Amino acid sequence: MNKVEFYKETGPREVFCGLTSIVWLHRRMPDAFFLVVGSRTCAHLIQSAAGVMIFAEPRFGTAILEEKDLAGLADAHEELDKVVNDLIARRPEIKTLFLVGSCPSEVIKLDLATVAEKLNKRFLGRVQFLNYSGSGIETTFTQGEDGALKALIPLMESTDEEKLLIVGTIANNVEDRFKKIFKNIGINNVESFPPRQSTDLPKIGTNTKVLLTQPYLSDTVRDLQHKGCEIIYAPFPLGVEGSTKWLLAAAEAFKIPDLKVHEVIAPLANRARQAMESHKKILKGKNLFLLPESQLEISLARFLHNECEMNLIEVGTPYLNKELMEEEINLLPENTKIVEGQHVENQLDRVRNSQPDLVVCGMGLANPLEAEGIHTKWSIEMIFSPIHGIDQAADLAGLFSRPLKRNQILTTKTLATHK
Amino acid sequence: MELTLWTYEGPPHVGAMRIASSMRDLHYILHAPQGDTYADLLFTMIERRGKRPPVTYTTFQARDLGGDTAELVKRNISESVERFKPKALLVGESCTAELIQDQPGALAKGMGFDIPIVNLELPAYSKKENWGASETFYQLIRTLLKEAVNETNKISPKRWKELGRRPKVNLLGPTLLGFRCRDDVIEIQRILSEQGIDTNVISPLNSSPDDIKRLIDADLNICLYLEIAEASCEWLKRNFGMEYTTTVPIGIENTINFINEVHTKLDLPLTNKEELENKSKLPWYSKSVDSNYLTGKRVFIFGDGTHVIAAAQIAKEELGFEVVGLGTYSREMARKVRGVAKDLNLEALITNNYLEVEDAIKKTSPELVLGTQMERHSAKRLGIPCAVISTPMHVQDVPARYSPQMGWEGANVIFDDWVHPLMMGLEEHLIDMFKHDFEFVDGHQSHLGHTAVNSQENEDISKNQNIEPSINEIIWTESGKAELTKVPFFVRGKVKTNTEKYALSKGLVEINDETLYDAKAFFS
Repeated sequence: MNKVEFYKETGPREVFCGLTSIVWLHRRMPDAFFLVVGSRTCAHLIQSAAGVMIFAEPRFGTAILEEKDLAGLADAHEELDKVVNDLIARRPEIKTLFLVGSCPSEVIKLDLATVAEKLNKRFLGRVQFLNYSGSGIETTFTQGEDGALKALIPLMESTDEEKLLIVGTIANNVEDRFKKIFKNIGINNVESFPPRQSTDLPKIGTNTKVLLTQPYLSDTVRDLQHKGCEIIYAPFPLGVEGSTKWLLAAAEAFKIPDLKVHEVIAPLANRARQAMESHKKILKGKNLFLLPESQLEISLARFLHNECEMNLIEVGTPYLNKELMEEEINLLPENTKIVEGQHVENQLDRVRNSQPDLVVCGMGLANPLEAEGIHTKWSIEMIFSPIHGIDQAADLAGLFSRPLKRNQILTTKTLATHK
Repeated sequence: MELTLWTYEGPPHVGAMRIASSMRDLHYILHAPQGDTYADLLFTMIERRGKRPPVTYTTFQARDLGGDTAELVKRNISESVERFKPKALLVGESCTAELIQDQPGALAKGMGFDIPIVNLELPAYSKKENWGASETFYQLIRTLLKEAVNETNKISPKRWKELGRRPKVNLLGPTLLGFRCRDDVIEIQRILSEQGIDTNVISPLNSSPDDIKRLIDADLNICLYLEIAEASCEWLKRNFGMEYTTTVPIGIENTINFINEVHTKLDLPLTNKEELENKSKLPWYSKSVDSNYLTGKRVFIFGDGTHVIAAAQIAKEELGFEVVGLGTYSREMARKVRGVAKDLNLEALITNNYLEVEDAIKKTSPELVLGTQMERHSAKRLGIPCAVISTPMHVQDVPARYSPQMGWEGANVIFDDWVHPLMMGLEEHLIDMFKHDFEFVDGHQSHLGHTAVNSQENEDISKNQNIEPSINEIIWTESGKAELTKVPFFVRGKVKTNTEKYALSKGLVEINDETLYDAKAFFS
């Protein structure tokens, strides 16, 4: 690893919990339902993050614990049973039901694994039940997906077939693009995890080579390794550089010469770089501060520095898995300051003192920072927009140039009227 | 255990946050895990606040649970008091912390600070947001004023006469994330000052703990929002003898009754009674001939208590609608709403389940729904016009313009907001007359929402139309068409035109998926 400065910080945080990942997981697998076993706070959190009102009936919900459920766990199990029965009766199209643990369910030690096991017996052949924890005491924001994927692994059948498994939720159109590019490179057997249908799980085995699309899947990677899968370590496919290195790493694992990859992606990379020019003009030389939230911060920092020529003041990350992030960290400029964890007040002091041109932060902080005259980009957009791959590099740069551009426009106008 | 897909109210500590965020010089220590900070975005995004809520989340993790979470609480309290220098401190727990019983309030009180500390006990597994807001406001007032109870004589609403000054009142209950509170207090202040009545303190909105200590300088409390302020008004009455008004000034009749109630309680003669009839445009607009078509329109009403009760009265008596359904999600207001429903020969719907509300709307088949943002969505699916009258708040409920619900201007706003979603009287006749003309297409049907079935059909049609080439010389290949269908339908048209323009300029005859991306890069 190059000379990157690592710091750790503890204190009050401004980061979502793992339940939030249900928002994109349920869209990826339209035959699955996510049932949080938690409190009104959990329900309120998800509906605030997901804009639930647009659905006639969403494919996620909360079994809200009430006073009587806390009194006796036996009753709580029975109550949960009732809720599940009602739900299955109401939504017969559901094939997989995730029981998602929350802070309160973890604290009272509600055993969702046992509940899931019993339900699996009862609904055998109709609905499969899985459980994982999305609680804030154990997981941050995107880590919820790690739990959900890990829960699916035991259901994956084995195979000796050689294949490339791309792991981590990405937009469907981005997935299609990746598959096409892999085919052009010469890797034909490519599958995705999570799949588009929860019951359509890929088979895995010792000839499965795993390539991650997202950096927050530590537990999933470990379990896939236990199943004999080979992990391909690479930077993540954000920007031209990251995507190129990501594709090269896959090609290498399949013993395909680099030249072949370059041949396929050269025209893509060229047009992407051209498309990025207008954004780069705005971003170049600007100072960037990334607050921890989505776990994509290190990859974004690498992209915004190496391809958009921004200066990195500080790169926050909720937690740091050095093994998965090594390839990314090696690409960062010397003396990059990476801060793991958060003390939100101290970190905001550093934001103010360093006078950044752009701060990447959560929605709770964005408007208050704007009101102080500090420009922001909310990080949740990275999770909901298709940003992966060479073809999306310009869109990704655009997410960061837009607030700066907008500010130039507005400032000019305001000054004009104030004269 | 209760299955909840969506909830009208948040947990009670969010109610406490509404009080804390509404005020100045107050800080809230919330013993809570990571993730509970989501509530900040309700204020910074929905209300577009330029300030963070004054809340410190202790952020305990699983690994802290075996150790000393009490120390963590104390460290956060010390740091927050040092950094924010509040004049009073609220200390409480979210749902998870309630289970581990660290008693942060008691810990805070033992730390030797010389500021008032309010220990909030808000049972997260049985109560909800509005109750939490009410309880927090009440506990704060009680803490800040309990010493004054014995030092203060009973406050008579008529004492302004002896004191030789104009009468002074407090406006209690407006909060952030409350429906149009920001503008209601301006309207009510204006109405009172026209009557020669001064406003002493508005709280919690924009007030400080010092202002709360000054509540007892007033002669009368105005309880604007029962959900938030009734418990506090009762306590002030019990301990200081302060009277409070119970009429909520939403609608013409209620506003006039409210002014009467204030005058009667203050023993202040009302001199401009006739003028009051002409302060708002609602009565004349409602009487004007175009409004004839409003007569007997079937309306379904659902929301919090305060706004639902007022809406029922306005709908029936001031706009001539027929109320066909009435309900609330507020358990605390259930009794009052049931009473109003009974007077209308209806049975009130008391539920926190939006699907039950949607079913009730279907069954009563109203011509207008007055509800929350959720009913707006349900009504849209059912093809019924809707106006929003109540929390939970949505970014659209914080309009840039002045738009109160209370007082004269509030009545004007209500007339416009409720009537515009309906087809206007003259317009209705015209459409009826011309509907067989070939120029007339469905899309011209005024403001009525399309039914779910229609819009689905429309979308299907546009989907298919959208992928057919619009320029004959150019061929879309299968891969090109497939890629185009993945573009969201609302920008598909633009993407298609751009790609064809690009292909023409490059002299291409075929558009495949790569061309689409080439064009995308070219135009970005």
